[in-house]
Amino acid sequence: MHQTLEPIMAEQPFLKGLDAEHLQLLVGCASNVRYEAGQYLLRESEEANQFYIIRHGRVAIEVYTPNRGPIVIETLGEGDVLGWSWLVPPYNWRFDARAIELTRAIVLDGKCLRGKCEQDYQLGYELLSRFLQIIERRLQATRLQLLDVYKD
Amino acid sequence: MKTDIGTAGPGRQTEPTLDDPILPRMFQVRRIFSETADSFSCELQPSDGEVMHFSPGQFNMLYVFGVGEIPISISGNPDKPKLLVHTIRSVGPASKAIRRLKRGDLIGVRGPYGTGWPVKGAEGNDVVIVAGGIGLAPLRPLIYRVLAEREKYGRVALLVGARTPGDILFQRQLERWRGRLDIDVLVTVDKAPRSWRGNVGVVTSLIPKIRFDPATTTAFVCGPEVMMRFTAMELEVRGVPTSNLHFSLERNMKCGIGLCGHCQLGPYFICKDGPVLGLDKIKKLMALREI
Ligand SMILES: Cc1cc2nc3c(=O)[nH]c(=O)nc-3n(C[C@H](O)[C@H](O)[C@H](O)COP(=O)(O)OP(=O)(O)OC[C@H]3O[C@@H](n4cnc5c(N)ncnc54)[C@H](O)[C@@H]3O)c2cc1C
Ligand code: FES
Repeated sequence: MHQTLEPIMAEQPFLKGLDAEHLQLLVGCASNVRYEAGQYLLRESEEANQFYIIRHGRVAIEVYTPNRGPIVIETLGEGDVLGWSWLVPPYNWRFDARAIELTRAIVLDGKCLRGKCEQDYQLGYELLSRFLQIIERRLQATRLQLLDVYKD
Repeated sequence: MKTDIGTAGPGRQTEPTLDDPILPRMFQVRRIFSETADSFSCELQPSDGEVMHFSPGQFNMLYVFGVGEIPISISGNPDKPKLLVHTIRSVGPASKAIRRLKRGDLIGVRGPYGTGWPVKGAEGNDVVIVAGGIGLAPLRPLIYRVLAEREKYGRVALLVGARTPGDILFQRQLERWRGRLDIDVLVTVDKAPRSWRGNVGVVTSLIPKIRFDPATTTAFVCGPEVMMRFTAMELEVRGVPTSNLHFSLERNMKCGIGLCGHCQLGPYFICKDGPVLGLDKIKKLMALREI
């Protein structure tokens, strides 16, 4: 299975440019997953021990509010990366992620990766700098969303 | 009358002249219909039968008798000028008064004014069109023109952002365009109920989802100014040359023809040097808070 995942993973924008040795390490922690429409990939407050690279489909990031029920705050699609709580103690999800349509993804075992990053700082740096870019983009997007620019 | 216009700086490209038409022409309302909860389109026909030709991106001053005059971009098809179409958000007295007009009522129209989108300059390039909210209206004539001459352009993408699914302008038309194989149409909303199966997120989040060659891409952007600033940043980061980024700006207007100075932005009069301006000209001005 890992043989077949390597070329697929090498094509993912998130992993582009990673050297072969590090890619191999990631492939060792990766597997294919599939979710039907309506199925949850992860739930708030559960342990965050993985992250996903979405290959096909669409996933809604939802936050549950007692008065208004679940609110969709963002959707992710092909090539997007889902989840960075596995990087930050106490390693718990802060939101729900639900497949809106049939979704195929690569799931990476965060626990296994945390160990590998401890042993190989170069790998840790490569991964963190990639996640930092995603976090920065999401922060900008959240700011724009908060401004509610289309209101007036 | 020319005395108070000397305040415009060295960047002015066009000198105002009194040959500019200042008297409104009479148009008759043919149809007014809702687009979203707070916006509508109005189709006008010239009372004198003489059609108004325009370039995509130009605007008219619409005069509602007894209420006032407001600048509104033309949102119809430039290749079908028999009907003059505007799409308007009801925000205040003049726009609400237009909404109340009935078939056959008269409205004064001055124009078409301003610079259009530089469509010719984009020939041979990939084209990225980014619209936010009512900003899709001034872009629609450009979309008609690009699709009418589709073979002249590389990849074409239309990215549309709206507040909620109910606020998406021209929904049926977007669906039709999405059905074509020669244009990528992506839509996103800032907020949505769970029943919405489309994208949720800001319009800039759609940029990584489309394919274009940044070095040979021309982008046309219209929407709230903050949204345009964020879009500019994202496109520049991806390598689209600043000189290929074009924006349609809004400022309060009175004369619409470069005489009164109401619409001044730094050295530019938006009514005459704009409303469409290249980012290379306005980048510094857009970053200033009070202009
Ligand atoms: C070149 C140009 C093209 C335009 N094209 C369109 C168009 O195609 N469709 C459209 O709906 N509008 C367009 N506008 C904006 C439109 O001119 C204003 O919304 C209009 O003047 C409001 O007039 P009013 O009397 O209805 O409301 P006002 O009483 O003038 O304003 C009511 C409220 O709306 C706010 N407002 C006024 N003008 C603007 C503005 N420019 N942007 C944001 N908020 C504003 C005011 O602050 C106030 O809170 C354009 C403006 C320019 C300069
Ligand atoms: S100079 Fe009068 S509106 Fe522009």
